[in-house]
Amino acid sequence: MTTREKILANIKANQPDLRPLPEQFTFVSTFPDLTKQFIDVLTFVGGRALVVPDYAAIRSDLETQYPNLTSVATTIPELADLADRTMVVSDPHELADLNLAIIEGPVAVAENAAIWVDETQLPQRVAPMITQYLVIVIRQSTLVPNMHDAYKRLKVDTTGFGTFICGPSKTADIEQSLVIGAHGARSLTVYLLP
Amino acid sequence: MNQLNLDHASAAVEFNKDEPRVDWHDETLWFVRTKRDRAAAQLPEWEQLREAASQIKNHVLSNMHDLLAQFEENAKRNGITVHWAENADEHNAIIHKLIQDAGVTRMVKSKSMLTEECHLNDYLTRHGIDVIDSDLGERIVQMRKEPPSHIVLPAIHLKKSDVGETFHEHLGTEKGATDPQYLTEAARQHLRDTFLTRKVALTGVNFAIAETGGFVVCTNEGNADMGAHLADVHIAAMGFEKIIPRAEHLGVFLRLLARSATGQPITTFSSHFHRPRPGQQMHIVIVDNGRSRQLGRPDFRNSLKCIRCAACLNTCPVYRRSGGHSYHSAIAGPIGSILAPNLDMKLNADLPFASTLCGSCSNVCPVKIDIHDQLYKWRQVLMKEGYGPGSKTAAMKAMATVLESPGLYRMAGKIGRGVLRFTPVLAENRFNPWYNQREMPEPPAESFRDWYINNKKA
Repeated sequence: MTTREKILANIKANQPDLRPLPEQFTFVSTFPDLTKQFIDVLTFVGGRALVVPDYAAIRSDLETQYPNLTSVATTIPELADLADRTMVVSDPHELADLNLAIIEGPVAVAENAAIWVDETQLPQRVAPMITQYLVIVIRQSTLVPNMHDAYKRLKVDTTGFGTFICGPSKTADIEQSLVIGAHGARSLTVYLLP
Repeated sequence: MNQLNLDHASAAVEFNKDEPRVDWHDETLWFVRTKRDRAAAQLPEWEQLREAASQIKNHVLSNMHDLLAQFEENAKRNGITVHWAENADEHNAIIHKLIQDAGVTRMVKSKSMLTEECHLNDYLTRHGIDVIDSDLGERIVQMRKEPPSHIVLPAIHLKKSDVGETFHEHLGTEKGATDPQYLTEAARQHLRDTFLTRKVALTGVNFAIAETGGFVVCTNEGNADMGAHLADVHIAAMGFEKIIPRAEHLGVFLRLLARSATGQPITTFSSHFHRPRPGQQMHIVIVDNGRSRQLGRPDFRNSLKCIRCAACLNTCPVYRRSGGHSYHSAIAGPIGSILAPNLDMKLNADLPFASTLCGSCSNVCPVKIDIHDQLYKWRQVLMKEGYGPGSKTAAMKAMATVLESPGLYRMAGKIGRGVLRFTPVLAENRFNPWYNQREMPEPPAESFRDWYINNKKA
């Protein structure tokens, strides 16, 4: 008997009689204003959110926020002129000195300000973590109220990797003092297009 | 002070010697508990979510065999190699072999309580492999050669001055530095270099999805992602109970996990791994290590529903005032105290007694584990099996003798009242654990029985 067979046999012998899955495991969240809810939570977790009318507004805010910043990459054609390098590399280590990554988020969740991104948006999985600063552009029309709605909208294995990102990386491991910028991005700015 | 070689009560006495530190520990964890309360109160459906999570996990326990088989099949189809380990030794050996096969001697690792349970770091170090823990709290305790004292906040027993000293010694930060921002930045630089140079990365698993053959890892720091996405080989280690049936069930668990843990709406990163990136190897090690035995114990199998949020630690009056190291087990606190006796009844016989049975743990548990009932039931099992503390056995026997005989009971009452009144030193001394940190009560002049007889006559 292999270890696998032994473990599975022990489990089969010891597991209790079959219990059904619950009928209700999704719930409805109602927020008067999805955009406001998203922005409030993102601000609470240390991110910055900005409602913008178009890409020109994003460009002008980025130029104010990050003047003269080099090593900038984006996957968004409308903002391509802001970039001086690409995230499309074969070895993820090449992104080690990336300063700013600007990517799109296809689905965002109002209840917790989490934004889903997968390999459709990410040329390299490590991009949103290894970059010093992260910008995600979403559309207000893609906001869903809660996580149940997000999973209804998503297929998690469309690509080999996907992640919900909620705010900049952080830690409170030293005496419970919150520090923004642990191993991932030091800041997260989210632009909300119509 | 080495609390790890002591039983819980003795280790708690050590921890309590530094009163300001214990007060800080107690208040800080209670603050985390209040953050959890605020987060929970924001969701009107909170109790229904707990019920749904509990029922999904009940189903998982009852359907474990088929779900694991389904997960394995789908994971393989995704290009992930699946390994099975019956115990800690097999788990450690599999991981060691994978590191050797990669031709390297160094590995970076994000948080995994399973690898703590299996003492992986010790094993690999003995075999000449250099392991670096990348979660900040875990890195701090690793430098200090200590185990984590909390499953979510590994360095919660330390003050920033302790961390400053440790970093001064190991990372060359300024002597006397205590600013968390400065210290965290130093760790960021040090670990960034580690992430960029390691070819093998190990992560834990929060949830494994049977339907899709993928797994989810949650962190705030981004350390699991930094390690895994930069490595040629990604190893994920999971206890088999981490399985859930479908991706849509993640909606329930991800809404509960971080809110229960720290009061956050969700962790910064909730990463779903389904296939290795081009050129990468991805391995999953599925571990039993006593879990199938626990699954066969009707009174205790529910402990396998745990999602490791640590809400029961933060709320526990005993944990908050005794510290994680008092539990001499990878997982401290109430949940650890019902898991540990399954791993070694003799070694962990003291842990189910490290509780007031107040029930707060069960009330905050996001998957509704009956933790305090199980603590009580473990006590029965341990006493019956002869693993109970000797002093307790003697005291219980003496008490039973006294309570069985009305004459003895009355005499004992009289003696007790007499001692407290005339020779209080016999009760008020350091050999009486009930006197430590307590005032002894004023003894009544007579027992209720005497009072009743006297008044009835009148």
